[in-house]
Amino acid sequence: MYIYLPIAEMSVNVLTILLMGGAIGFLSGLFGVGGGFLMTPLLIFIGVPAPVAVSTGANQIVASSISGVIAHWRRGNLDFTMGLVLLAGGIVGSSFGVLLFKFLESLGQIDLVIKLCYVVFLGVIGSLMLLESIRTILQVRQSGARRRKLHQHTWMHGLPLKIRFRKSKLYISALLPLGIGCFVGILSAIMGVGGGFIMVPAMIYMLGMRTSMVVGTSLLQIIFVTANVTFLQAISTQTVDVVLAILLLIGAVVGAQFGSQFAVKLKGEQLRGLLALLVVSVCLKLAFDLVVTPDDIFSIVVAHNG
Amino acid sequence: MVRRMGIVTRLRLLSLAVIAMLWAAGDEAVAQDLIADLSSHRVDITTGFTGADLLLFGSVDDDGDIVITVSGPRESVVVRRKERVAGIWMNTRSMLFDNAPNFYAFATSRPLDEIARPEVLARQQIGADHLRLRPAASSDRLLPADEATFRTALVRRKQAQGLYASDPGQVTVIAGKLFRTQIHFPANLATGTYTAVVYLIRGGRIVHAQTTPLLVEKVGIGAEVYTFAHRHSAIYGLAAILIAVAAGWLAAAVFRKV
Repeated sequence: MYIYLPIAEMSVNVLTILLMGGAIGFLSGLFGVGGGFLMTPLLIFIGVPAPVAVSTGANQIVASSISGVIAHWRRGNLDFTMGLVLLAGGIVGSSFGVLLFKFLESLGQIDLVIKLCYVVFLGVIGSLMLLESIRTILQVRQSGARRRKLHQHTWMHGLPLKIRFRKSKLYISALLPLGIGCFVGILSAIMGVGGGFIMVPAMIYMLGMRTSMVVGTSLLQIIFVTANVTFLQAISTQTVDVVLAILLLIGAVVGAQFGSQFAVKLKGEQLRGLLALLVVSVCLKLAFDLVVTPDDIFSIVVAHNG
Repeated sequence: MVRRMGIVTRLRLLSLAVIAMLWAAGDEAVAQDLIADLSSHRVDITTGFTGADLLLFGSVDDDGDIVITVSGPRESVVVRRKERVAGIWMNTRSMLFDNAPNFYAFATSRPLDEIARPEVLARQQIGADHLRLRPAASSDRLLPADEATFRTALVRRKQAQGLYASDPGQVTVIAGKLFRTQIHFPANLATGTYTAVVYLIRGGRIVHAQTTPLLVEKVGIGAEVYTFAHRHSAIYGLAAILIAVAAGWLAAAVFRKV
């Protein structure tokens, strides 16, 4: 069954879109990532124009994140205090990111910057996570009950403005989550994603939060970031396709529920390892596309009609 | 904006129809060499639109070859070329073509090169290779040879999208008098006024030509969504977010019971 998308101006198979939404929703619920870094390339791959893919992807992520947040909140895996501090940073960061985006656009090559950002961040974060989770899995197997310290004390714990995050059982400086939120905000404005794949590892490794708590809390921040992106794109570029978004989110909200149920069955390090594998493979694919000789070195874009 | 365009094109259609009627009335006594029409003068892009096929048919009094072209509204297209810089493929040069038809298809009763010489075909822009595509003044300054490469690339990319025909369709001529051909419009069709031109070519020269307009429009829910998104973009944006919030919440509520 085919349906014509009014904003993307193309006809798509309904089943394909539902399955795509479902698969990404599943990953979103499982890992606490919005799935934007998968959704946007996938939509472009099936022929959706890139601006429509970015804006509509953001709109759909709002839905799957809400569905995921509620599911995690019921299990008590949500730290509202942490989420609010991250969000405050995120708002500052994304506003700055929009300015940075315009600046890079004026220089030309914004496409390349976006792709390089993806390759660098996905690559670094993915490989670090992969190594760490493999090490943890091996350690658990070898020495059985050898417990790690709750967290190591570093320079980060000397920072001022300490706040007690009860849910996360942390007593750390508010500057840390604020900084992470801000940094992720900048990147999400440039890369057009919620930023979960950066925030999740940052919260685990820099803040020392539990993986289970991180997932719900990062989704909370993603809701607001992606809602903001949706609104701004709808006003400035009119590239949000609600028909496409509704199809994607039907699949995604269902997928996200299964994902978050499945997440409970996995151990933290397994979850991190799988996310790392996913991130690394997307990175390799993008890097490959940048380096390999394209089928056609020419591309066309319609500048404007008439 | 959209509606205004719709009215203009409708008015244009109406005036064309009036002219055609007057012309037909005045010429009634004289036998016409070429009459052609489309099975429909509209293509409606509905929610279930997956492309359309139109029949172009007509009759000729004299023998000769029939060539039919269908071209879409003009648009500005940027053609970019990638080059390898430090191992990475990036866009380096670009060229803007101001006047490229969005869609181009053609059909012939015999192979084009047997019908007329390239100069004749080029003058009427018959065949994808003969489209008059010129770079805009604002494009990067490039050598003439490069210009040709960019032009060919534009046609090639359009063909890859199914918007330009690579090979001509077949015009079937019955008893040397009636002709017909099928024109396919893909799903990624742009809206606007299209033009179908039927040429009667004899001895390598064009002896008659007839132009028929064709309107491609969005209708139904899709058209309303599009108009709303452009006219009330802030409300549209908020609505899009609300739909997402409601859907997410609904899903969570439904799955709670499971």
